[in-house]
Amino acid sequence: MSPKAAQAPSPLSRMAPHLLLVPVTIVTLYPVLYVAKLAFSGVGGTSASPWPWPEVFSLDAFSEVVNRTDAQGTWLFGRQMLNSLLVSGLTTVLGIVLACTAAYGFARFEFPGRRAGLLAFLATQMFPGILTMIPLYVLMQKLGLLDSMLGLVLVYATTAIPFCTWTLKGYFDTLPKEIEESAIIDGASRLTIFLKIILPLSAPAIAVTALFSFMTAWNEFVLAYTFLSQEAAYTMPVQIRNYVGDKDVQWSLFAASSLIVSIPVMALFYAVEKHLVGGLTAGGVKG
Amino acid sequence: MAHVLLQDIEKLYGDVHVVRRLNLSVAQGEFLVLVGASGCGKSTTLRMVAGLESISSGTLSIGGRIVNDVSPRDRDIAMVFQSYALYPHMTVFENMAFGLRIRKAPQTEIDRRVGDAAKLLGLEDLLQRRPAALSGGQRQRVAMGRAVVREPAVFLFDEPLSNLDAKLRVQMRIEIARLHKRLGTTILYVTHDQVEAMTLADRIAVMHEGYLQQCDSPSTIYNRPANTYVATFIGSPAMNLWPVHATVETRGNRQVVLLRGSGLSVELDGKIADRLTAAMTADHRLGNGEWTVGIRPQDLHIARGDAPVHARLPVEVVEPLGAETFVFGELADPGEPLPARDPATRLRRESASILRVDAGQLVADSEELPLTLDLNRLHLFDSAGQRIAAADPEAAVAIPAIALNFDKSPA
Repeated sequence: MSPKAAQAPSPLSRMAPHLLLVPVTIVTLYPVLYVAKLAFSGVGGTSASPWPWPEVFSLDAFSEVVNRTDAQGTWLFGRQMLNSLLVSGLTTVLGIVLACTAAYGFARFEFPGRRAGLLAFLATQMFPGILTMIPLYVLMQKLGLLDSMLGLVLVYATTAIPFCTWTLKGYFDTLPKEIEESAIIDGASRLTIFLKIILPLSAPAIAVTALFSFMTAWNEFVLAYTFLSQEAAYTMPVQIRNYVGDKDVQWSLFAASSLIVSIPVMALFYAVEKHLVGGLTAGGVKG
Repeated sequence: MAHVLLQDIEKLYGDVHVVRRLNLSVAQGEFLVLVGASGCGKSTTLRMVAGLESISSGTLSIGGRIVNDVSPRDRDIAMVFQSYALYPHMTVFENMAFGLRIRKAPQTEIDRRVGDAAKLLGLEDLLQRRPAALSGGQRQRVAMGRAVVREPAVFLFDEPLSNLDAKLRVQMRIEIARLHKRLGTTILYVTHDQVEAMTLADRIAVMHEGYLQQCDSPSTIYNRPANTYVATFIGSPAMNLWPVHATVETRGNRQVVLLRGSGLSVELDGKIADRLTAAMTADHRLGNGEWTVGIRPQDLHIARGDAPVHARLPVEVVEPLGAETFVFGELADPGEPLPARDPATRLRRESASILRVDAGQLVADSEELPLTLDLNRLHLFDSAGQRIAAADPEAAVAIPAIALNFDKSPA
């Protein structure tokens, strides 16, 4: 090592990254903090102050959001939260189940139309979702699926499946073929290999793909807003949007429900966090 | 244990011929090593036997049953891969038990067989570990254990030691030999390492560009290579090969075969000369006299006393290895003054001549050595590179035990 390289960096050069990172962090966090401030400022609480903490601390906005009912006395928050969970959960399950098998097929087998199929899957990801909105609306109307959870799950699956397939195919491609060949010689069928070797080895990739798929469905607003018209059928993003109406703007309710909605996603993120780093294949083959 | 028979086996990938009309028979309990450089078709052949590659044409039978269209699981084979190919999410025990579980073996049987294999391979203390927690040698042992528990008719090994370091490789080589001795199972083993081939095999099959070059015992492959490819591939350092022109001269009532060229001048007389002369008349391929002389580095000596001088070697590089010394150079034309040596010209290793001398013998750089060839250990090849059998000592002449030099085995 040269003497120059061995020298400790000067205080200024050590400070330099922080001079950039601190303002970037503030810019990133400020909107979130401001939303939190609105949520904890009580119902109807708005503020002209730029400081991101509440002047008066109150949980009223949360209480109002959680306890909302409609004219028939239906607990709307519970119903809408359940809608969101069901739609996102079912989309994820449908996407992962179908995509795992499809991705394995694309990754491991040669068949006519393989390339075309992959490209078609990719093409669906390239167009903005809004392009398909009108045809989808017409389709859903004809099938009587407007205002239904099943309809929304099917619509979300059209984007979730190609996304999951591409992501998982990318991962399956990295799994060493010898492991499967070894299992073939051990006497395992393709299905056994898929279930007992490929899926356990792909747990990290499946977890991450499921997380993204869930988050996309959980946060989706435009399609849900278009296809759902009854309040009891709303998913949470549609309801959040409803707090900011043309005449009645309730920023505190908007902010409180936004925070509530982010909780499941955060919980899920922490649950699969350990899968985000490190793979399970270490040690299987020389590498 | 089973007999494996490959008849006219071919493998084509599109227009590319990878294996060509391969005929090979592996006897019951035999250890056959397929050896060759990268891309020679040896691994493809093994994968065809395993059922991992389809066979383009020809017949493959294992234990007397044609298995061309039989799935790998029903071929009664087990395979050990170069990359170990262990199941990373399973313990050592589960890795070894996997094949038995698939075949629905009872738990007591699984425990017994895995226990026996673990004992055989020294894996008893590692059974609950995952592959990631094992060293390279241990992982390869688990891969072997996984094959052993299946008690197959044939073991297939695909370069199993290539990923190990030199010391471990020697150790595992001994273990594989011991395993074969204990189990007596038929083994088909692929490697590019001639040392593994020579030390492990009952018979070696040398492949080159998809063709089988020679299949014989290690001693025959070494002492009687069928062609120039085998001659240079097996043995380290490689055999010296010099193109020469052969002529027959009659001296009195006897005939002498003269080999001249590449700086070499050798006279063969007696029975060898008689046989070669007869062969040249009978076989038109030998008649043109465009032959190649081959001699192993240890059969080339510095001429002393009244020993005939067959060639002169201007020394260019001396490599002392401790137990022995290798001397490199290019043969000088006899009678010609030595060419001025340009130090900037690097010695071309692939065409250089190699001489082995004892470690105690001092050889100076740039010295010119008079060389004599051990004519009993001479190899002659025709213009197509095929061995001229007429030049071989008669069968009565004992072939000395193989004297290989393994110090310079490829890494």
